[in-house]
Amino acid sequence: MKLKPSQLQEFVKFSSTQEGSILFLSGEWTLQNIPEIEKKLKNVHEIKHLSRKIILDVSGITMIDTAGMLYFLEKRETLRKRAAKKRDIVVRGVRENGEFLKMFKLIKKHKTGKALPQTVVRHPFVAFFESVGRHFFNILNSMLLFLDFTGRTYEAFLRDLFHFSFRFREISNIVKKAGITALPIIGITTFLIGVVIAFQSAVQLQQYGANIFIVEIVSIAIARELSPIITSIVVAGRSGSAYTAQLGAMKITEELDAMSVMGFDIFRFLIVPRSVALIIVLPLLIFFGDIVGILGGMMVAKFQLGITPTSFIDRLQEVFSMRHFYAGLIKGPFFAATIAAIGCFRGLQVTRDTESIGRQTTISVVNSIFMVIIIDAVFSIIFTELGI
Amino acid sequence: MKKPLIKIENLVTRFGDHVVHDGVNLTIYEGEIYGILGGSGSGKTTILREIIMLHEPTAGKVNVLGHDLYSASHEEKQRLRNHWGVLFQFGALFTSLTIAENIAVKLKEYTHISDSLVEDIIATKLEMVGLDLSVATLYPSELSGGMVKRAALARALAMDPKLLFLDEPTSGLDPISAEQFDNLIVQLKNLLGLTIVMVTHDIDSIFTVVDRMAVLGDKKVVAEGTIEEVVQIDHPFIHQFFGGNRAMIRRKHGK
Repeated sequence: MKLKPSQLQEFVKFSSTQEGSILFLSGEWTLQNIPEIEKKLKNVHEIKHLSRKIILDVSGITMIDTAGMLYFLEKRETLRKRAAKKRDIVVRGVRENGEFLKMFKLIKKHKTGKALPQTVVRHPFVAFFESVGRHFFNILNSMLLFLDFTGRTYEAFLRDLFHFSFRFREISNIVKKAGITALPIIGITTFLIGVVIAFQSAVQLQQYGANIFIVEIVSIAIARELSPIITSIVVAGRSGSAYTAQLGAMKITEELDAMSVMGFDIFRFLIVPRSVALIIVLPLLIFFGDIVGILGGMMVAKFQLGITPTSFIDRLQEVFSMRHFYAGLIKGPFFAATIAAIGCFRGLQVTRDTESIGRQTTISVVNSIFMVIIIDAVFSIIFTELGI
Repeated sequence: MKKPLIKIENLVTRFGDHVVHDGVNLTIYEGEIYGILGGSGSGKTTILREIIMLHEPTAGKVNVLGHDLYSASHEEKQRLRNHWGVLFQFGALFTSLTIAENIAVKLKEYTHISDSLVEDIIATKLEMVGLDLSVATLYPSELSGGMVKRAALARALAMDPKLLFLDEPTSGLDPISAEQFDNLIVQLKNLLGLTIVMVTHDIDSIFTVVDRMAVLGDKKVVAEGTIEEVVQIDHPFIHQFFGGNRAMIRRKHGK
């Protein structure tokens, strides 16, 4: 059957007779044509002098689908409401139109007349308090869940430690993924940070003729604070988010359940290896960041302040005491444990809908960067008080 | 003479060096329930994916509703997509939308009809597939496997398609739900005048629901026709498939 473009179809024709107002309905009453039919029917509604009896003649309808029939019934209902008495609406031509009759019966059988359940809309005032309460309980709940999670992880870790049964293959695999493949990006970022710090200080130092102090500024800032923080942020973005997404996807595909059923404790098989690997690898990455960052500073010192690399390194050995280096390095395992724990925890919080993977991954990265900065602040206070 | 709706000619599919189809021919006529059968890895689902334009074949012609799929323009393809509904094996409902929103998604995007009519359509389709209206506000994750399939069927039917594709509709359902689902498919076909193409290896569905079928084997269609015609054909796979215990019981007791 060749479809006529809907513009060429008439759909509705109105005529007024002795009998009453007759609406001749024709053409293809299908989903695609409903807007066009709606337009035509609107004109009819505007006709003021619809007589008391309205006849709907459906014999001209050549094709009708479920949407078309539902639309027809809806319109008949509105016409009925407008008419003074129910009997004033008459449908004619049904018997002659097999197609129409078939669809009419089908819809009659399945149209419940019940409305779809609606979601409850609350008063804004109530809704505000509801959302505050809900958020509070969510935060409280996830804190409790996180405590539970860290407890279980620690238990699995201790068990592995006692039996010395760490899954080394898995750990080394993750060390490679989270560590070695992260070297380029960590190298570039810390190098640039070294360059930026050196540039900023070079301008000030030149004014006082204190050029050589660039060595202290760059080396101490990089080793104590910048390298640990920058490296941790990169690792949180790279590996923390990956942990969340991996575990989340495994939860959706029920792989985690499959593992539990086989007796593979997911804490021992998935979470401890990830945490241990990150704890091993992050200090190493920080050390790498220290070297590259100071290298960046050294380059600026050479080109901006005319300090040769030889004198830079001489000065470095003189003024850079190892406690600065250790102060930066010692934070590594703490940051690593935090990033791994939050990443894995958020992965386990994923529910069965796909959207939650994205949401949990975002939360995981934001939380771990935030926690890294808080822990760093705590370390600063401790180190200052201890005079390290 | 019935009108052919889908015609596949000399279809070749290759994944790298692995040849899945090597010269597949089949014809699907208007108003029938057509089964695509075959063992695991015989490329049943791949054929389905090629008919619904999810995978481009290496060579050959696929003609659906009079359009050659792989030379059609973008607009033509879009129009074609509105003429069919697809039920995926695991439902593939959008998990971030409620059931009602899932059913309405194409209606809202492609048509300009009033919200009250959209709600009427949703309610009717839910009723047709045998779901309670109370599921409308639920999310797919809150439904059981059988309900997800029914909801996905309601979504596939939302636009009143002429063609319905089902990928293993009864897999993962218990025997009772599977039978109900089979009945539902036949009922809907009769009511709405649908043409249904289903990939299946459920022996019960093949005997009770499918009108005609193609059996895939050796990278080709080894048999095409009604169940009576297919079982006559002498081919190892057909012996295996219809000679197994479950099939024998079926054959003894008939439909």
